[in-house]
Amino acid sequence: MDAVLLARIQFALTIMFHYIFPPLTIGLGWMIFMYNTRYQENGNPIFRQLAHFWTKVFAISFIIGVATGIVMEFQFGTNWAGYSRFVGDIFGAPLAAEGVFAFFLESSFLGILLYGRKRVSQKLYWFSSFMVALGATMSAFWIVVANSWQQTPAGFEVVTETVNGVVIQKAVLTNFWEAVFNPSTLPRYSHVITGALTVGVFFILGTSAWQVVKERNVEFFRTSMRTAVIPAFMVIMITMFVGHKHGHQVAETQPAKLAAFEGIWESGPNAPLMLFGLPDQDAEKNHFAIRIPGMVSLMVGGRFDTEIQGLKDFPKEDRPPVAISFWAFHLMFYMGMWMAFVAFIGVIFWLNKKLLDHQLYLKICAITVPIPFLANEVGWVAAEVGRQPWVVYNLLRTKEAVSKSVPAGQVLASIIMFSIIYALLFGLWIYLLKNQFAKGPESIEALEGEVE
Amino acid sequence: MEALQIIWFLLIGILVIGYSILDGFDLGVGFWHLFAKKKGERTAFIHSIEPFWDGNEVWLLTAGGALFAAFPPVYATVFSGFYLAMMLVLLGLIFRAVAIEFRNKIESEKWVKAWDIAFSFGSILPSILYGVAIGNILQGLELNAIGDYTGGFFALLNPFALFCGIVGLAMFAHHGALYLAMKLEGETAERAGKWAQKTWYIFLFTFMPTLAYGVKFCISGDYKFVCMLLIVFALISNFLAFAFNKKGKAVAAFLSSSVTIGLVMLSVAAALFPNIVPCTNEPDWGLTVFNASSSMRTLGWMLGIALIGMPLVLGYTWFIHHVFRDKVKVHKD
Repeated sequence: MDAVLLARIQFALTIMFHYIFPPLTIGLGWMIFMYNTRYQENGNPIFRQLAHFWTKVFAISFIIGVATGIVMEFQFGTNWAGYSRFVGDIFGAPLAAEGVFAFFLESSFLGILLYGRKRVSQKLYWFSSFMVALGATMSAFWIVVANSWQQTPAGFEVVTETVNGVVIQKAVLTNFWEAVFNPSTLPRYSHVITGALTVGVFFILGTSAWQVVKERNVEFFRTSMRTAVIPAFMVIMITMFVGHKHGHQVAETQPAKLAAFEGIWESGPNAPLMLFGLPDQDAEKNHFAIRIPGMVSLMVGGRFDTEIQGLKDFPKEDRPPVAISFWAFHLMFYMGMWMAFVAFIGVIFWLNKKLLDHQLYLKICAITVPIPFLANEVGWVAAEVGRQPWVVYNLLRTKEAVSKSVPAGQVLASIIMFSIIYALLFGLWIYLLKNQFAKGPESIEALEGEVE
Repeated sequence: MEALQIIWFLLIGILVIGYSILDGFDLGVGFWHLFAKKKGERTAFIHSIEPFWDGNEVWLLTAGGALFAAFPPVYATVFSGFYLAMMLVLLGLIFRAVAIEFRNKIESEKWVKAWDIAFSFGSILPSILYGVAIGNILQGLELNAIGDYTGGFFALLNPFALFCGIVGLAMFAHHGALYLAMKLEGETAERAGKWAQKTWYIFLFTFMPTLAYGVKFCISGDYKFVCMLLIVFALISNFLAFAFNKKGKAVAAFLSSSVTIGLVMLSVAAALFPNIVPCTNEPDWGLTVFNASSSMRTLGWMLGIALIGMPLVLGYTWFIHHVFRDKVKVHKD
């Protein structure tokens, strides 16, 4: 098999599995901090129970994120040595910064959050929950910096040099701040973080609703669900808004990607929004297209006559895989709409004090639990596949980035290894979550009994 | 030749040393987990490292990131060259992390036992592989002009490297036993002290022949005197670790063992310098501190990050050890 393809499959597999967990723990982390804060404010023991219960769920998920995150950092060197040599001058620094500024903070305070309740003051315990959420959010920042630089490189120049008689090229840093705050860093980061918050908040909303339906620890999970409704509505609205802004930046800096997202082949004004369609890369057109004329032009430029570049403007070998980009992007969009709908209905019910009265609504919340996870995944697929065939946009092709010294058989062996381990981990995660929900919250008495 | 390049060689050395000392003890605890007799003991072993191990492992992640940033060609060459070994390290670290967290989640003998095995296996495998990797780097690798490893997988399994693997395991096992002796109480702590004594001999008797052969690299390097001196100091502090342990001074023994590990790593660095990955087939193709570094601008920014970040890191590390400074109780059952 083709070594480049195998390396790409391995990267996609390992990152998509990894990416189930960090968004969840970022979202849960802030919710746990909110519960701890409420408990500090009003001393209502239910908030302590909430913080305690969701911290347990957090811990089970966090650890899989940690274990699979190490794989990601190693993989740049193991599978993508060509890439590492080309971008090392720029790409390594954010990874190192993530370790120094985020992981250490997160891991130390997590130790206190999980094992230190009896050893530190309430204030310090509360502070630790803040630091854990902050650490997770900061670590996402550095990863997004690195990823955004791949998408919209800035603050560098490409130099050519001769090493041992071989001519090589590499990117060299010219301006640190330009590289860190490259054109897509802030739009992407705000979208990634709000997207992560939706995962955590909808997770609490939906799993709690399911417990209410199942009539397990109903009082506790009712409160839990109530606490998540308003945050759910807020985060999904903000996510869609910053996503829209992010789209403007993509149109400006990665026009081929935008064209693939929307399945636009011909350049020109009045670019239509395609609600449904099957893009055909070889025939350079879409089948079964349902479109709203002028809508993409309007969304990108605020006017129907905004010029949008079509895919035919780009040489065939520079076009991203259109069908994958299109569908990943559209699925993300549809799922965002669905979440907005669910959250909106929830707010209406909540205002009428009928949030918990409708069994059907509770069930809808429950089946919505996987949606934000999937939306994050396909959002990632859209961003990364849309960047192809480049690993660094317009600079380095993916096929030039792979490790030349690693035989394809070894990559295949490791794909098989990771597939088995990750399937096992996923099964265990679900099993432990079910177990945690079945156990329910710790009683107030048991928590009160602890030494402060 | 630039000062920044040397500074970064040293800083990565510090990260690797920090990792070896800190994760070294919890990897060692994983080895001894196999030998714990009672359920209460095994639980206490896990408790003794529970709040720390994740932070310890962050030293590895940070060292990896820093190597990528400061010496990208080295990162590329070593990680792709040691492909299968790296995958096995990952396998070990994944199982180990998950085992520590999942072990106490279900009350079933079989469940706990399965994770106990995963924890030990996941601790032993990386301990050996780190040693094997260092052994191979000391000897140098077969590279092509752009630095890709061309030697093949089985060339990595040579006697010297494998021996270094055993040294690595023995070193961490010794270190872990001293940690347990320091962190636990009563009968179990005493037994851990005895484990440390026994392992010390194994460590010494595997270290000596490795050293005898390894001196070859030391005296072929540019800094033989420094390297020799570091080895002598490493041996002295190693003997001190043994002596303190025998007298029951657990903290002093553990600190001596930490110093030993640091000095062993430094002697490796001195034997290599200015090489980082020597090339066996064409010495000029080797990756050195000077030909394989990032640009001065990147190294400068990174130094800024390190100067702000490292005091924070040391602060957190001190803080977490301070909060969990009490000894861990072993429940009898």
